[in-house]
Amino acid sequence: MDDLDGNAIGGLLMEIFGVEMTTAIGTCVHCGATGPVAETAVYLRGPGAVMRCPVCTQVLMVVVSRQDMHCVDLQGLESLAPAGEAA
Amino acid sequence: MAGTAVRGRLTWQVATVTSVVDETASVRTIELQTPDWAGHQAGQHLDVRLTAEDGYRAERSYSIASAPGEPVALTVERLEDGEVSPYLTEELRPGDELEIRGPIGGYFVWDGDDSATPLMLVAGGSGVVPFRSVLRHRSLLGSTVPVRLLYSARSLADVIYRDELDRQGAGVEVIYTLTRQQPAGWTGHRGRVDKTMLEEVAWPPDQEALAYVCGPTPFVETVASSLVNLSYPAQRVKTERFGGIGGN
Repeated sequence: MDDLDGNAIGGLLMEIFGVEMTTAIGTCVHCGATGPVAETAVYLRGPGAVMRCPVCTQVLMVVVSRQDMHCVDLQGLESLAPAGEAA
Repeated sequence: MAGTAVRGRLTWQVATVTSVVDETASVRTIELQTPDWAGHQAGQHLDVRLTAEDGYRAERSYSIASAPGEPVALTVERLEDGEVSPYLTEELRPGDELEIRGPIGGYFVWDGDDSATPLMLVAGGSGVVPFRSVLRHRSLLGSTVPVRLLYSARSLADVIYRDELDRQGAGVEVIYTLTRQQPAGWTGHRGRVDKTMLEEVAWPPDQEALAYVCGPTPFVETVASSLVNLSYPAQRVKTERFGGIGGN
């Protein structure tokens, strides 16, 4: 199972944030790289979804879901803003 | 940013299968009737959810194969060790119901408005699925946007939508490369897409083409970095990777 990209969790993120998020712009807290969620590396093989920075490979976001509850860890993101909104 | 937990707003709905069409030995197109569908853009996805009798659920994301305005269709490749794709490609029949949600995504979409800009579409295997939506959308719009589709498949028998791709009208060039097996007398490309092939096939950078690359992750990495090496601006190269799991 290879890594995917942020497109693969577009539905999950839309469910959580209520808006389209693959075009949202994130900034990595570790290296400062900025880019759309669609271009991040996403791993679904673990118990949750892990999003990593495509530049420095550090963890940006982890989502663990249990029934209808999602636990969202955004500690790797300096900012995350839907397209058209300021960070 | 602090962690949080919130309830979702994207809702699941029940769609009804109206037809199934075998595209290749392992790929099937499923057309759906969706009573509550907001409409989609070319290149968007939807999520499919299967629930077992014991309540176990599996979800997968699939590209939408039909154009905006057409009934929703998925094209699914059967993965031998898949949890979802064997059911979708072997068991599902017209009249069956399927839980879906969507449309999803706003990054890997073509809105049809970029009329002066040529499109460079590069597909690996079932990565061609969203491009069927793009090509149909272009055709339904009466768009004259020039399109080149470079499509990498293992063999001619593995080419999905071959009849439809071979019937494309003016302004659309479909270029195949066959990686594993070529028929006798094959004069087209052979082998995997690389920088040399893209240099020959892709629009020159001065055309300011918009590139979309969809396929397995290593394929997308190779193609996208080659296009950037050929002076395509990185932000003009849209990528979608489906790894080896049951996506697309």
